[in-house]
Amino acid sequence: MTDQRKQILDAAGVERCLKRVASEILDSCDPEVPLALVGIRSGGLPLAHRLASLIGESGGTVPSVGAVDITLYRDDLYTGLEKPSLGETVLPFGMDGYGIVLVDDVLFTGRTVRAAMGELHDYGRPRWIRLAVLVDRGHRELPIQADFVGRKVESLPVDRVVVAVGSDAAAEDGAFIVLGQS
Amino acid sequence: MAEGTQSKFSRKDLLGLKDLSAEELRHLLDVAEQFRGLNLRAIKKVPTLRGKSVVHLFLEPSTRTRTSFDIAAKRLSADTFSISGSSSSTTKGETLLDTARNLAAMHPDIIVLRHKRSGAPALLSRELPGTCIVNAGDGFCEHPTQGLLDMLTIRRSIGGFRGRTVTIVGDIMHSRVARSAIYGLRTMGAGVRVCGPRTLIPPGLDSLGVEAHDHLETAIAGADVVMMLRIQQERLARGGHYFPSTREYSRLWGLDRSKLARWARKDVIVMHPGPVNRGVELEPELADSKWSVILNQVENGVAVRMAVLYLVLGGERAARSEGRGV
Repeated sequence: MTDQRKQILDAAGVERCLKRVASEILDSCDPEVPLALVGIRSGGLPLAHRLASLIGESGGTVPSVGAVDITLYRDDLYTGLEKPSLGETVLPFGMDGYGIVLVDDVLFTGRTVRAAMGELHDYGRPRWIRLAVLVDRGHRELPIQADFVGRKVESLPVDRVVVAVGSDAAAEDGAFIVLGQS
Repeated sequence: MAEGTQSKFSRKDLLGLKDLSAEELRHLLDVAEQFRGLNLRAIKKVPTLRGKSVVHLFLEPSTRTRTSFDIAAKRLSADTFSISGSSSSTTKGETLLDTARNLAAMHPDIIVLRHKRSGAPALLSRELPGTCIVNAGDGFCEHPTQGLLDMLTIRRSIGGFRGRTVTIVGDIMHSRVARSAIYGLRTMGAGVRVCGPRTLIPPGLDSLGVEAHDHLETAIAGADVVMMLRIQQERLARGGHYFPSTREYSRLWGLDRSKLARWARKDVIVMHPGPVNRGVELEPELADSKWSVILNQVENGVAVRMAVLYLVLGGERAARSEGRGV
């Protein structure tokens, strides 16, 4: 069976979206509040690094970058879904008083974001948490919305959205929708 | 979608290290490594096993292992229930199987069992297909979580197993700690030597690729790790005459700083599963010295047990049986 794959964003599109999101983050933030970007493993982490350097390039202070692995906070560990690997959560800054932008590649049901927020609160009490995603594909199952969205796409629940983006800009960067069998 | 390590441990029980593959052992240690980080956080609790219940059925005395399992289960948000030998109906003559069936009827998710009979966890595993069984030490057979925490401590201290030599000194015959360590270390490619009074060295070690030494000097020469075992006085007192006196044992097979300085590598590490008989198998000052990683072993114990509880109950196995992917 061959996957039906449709490109949503090419490398230039990814770069454009990230630049816009970076400037929106910069505009919306109070310079008095220290800012940190926290990538959700594994897809959100390279995006957090890209956004941090883009924020630096557009004149802001380069924010700290951290990573959360939400495996231990998932609500579906024992429901028969494939269990992802256990990665490391690295938050190299005191959480208290920070403005945190959670970064992920795709926003779908919202459950990953819920788990990530639960985990952040175990580390401290951020001033606020906002959410940045490269692709919002709809079908939320929780009352969670992104503050910064690179690209909104229409999708069916059975589709898969795949984002291939590294920590540095590359010609292979892109986002795809893989059509599922409905 | 996920990177790295997944679906490498799909067992419902952890009965011993004997049957585990190198890949399974490595995966267990890698997962434990991730849990180590969790134990250093301000809030050490994650919701992973919320709503799951873990019964600690300890029918033989234990402080360290039981506490370590209890902390591990609680940090994963499981509910824990403790049953010890003296407080249970086993003192009224109930058999292990009856106790276990009654417990299983209350639907715990995991039973952690310590028992004086070798093979008791394997028996429960066969009789209770719906419950995960974790061996916390059975007779002279195995103590797999101790073996894993020893391996994690070794890997963290000297970087790996292949080409390294670990010397285990003491009562090898009655030691489930030694047995689990030998199986795990041999599978991972480490060389293992044992040393102690001949009366306490079991036959058949050759087939495991283990060298037996009579003299401590040759046993620890060039070794990367020296693991001292506890002389189990309570076990030996029960009619065993394996060596003339503790004093003689200490002179011939006890370890002190001067022997270590004369015979061992400078960067050797010294391990002990505890509790230490200070002055018998180990000089008190040595137990507290720079060579000693005894407290690292205890620290790693919690991480290893969290990894075991997480993996036996795991979604990794569920994923395999239902064949669904993200």
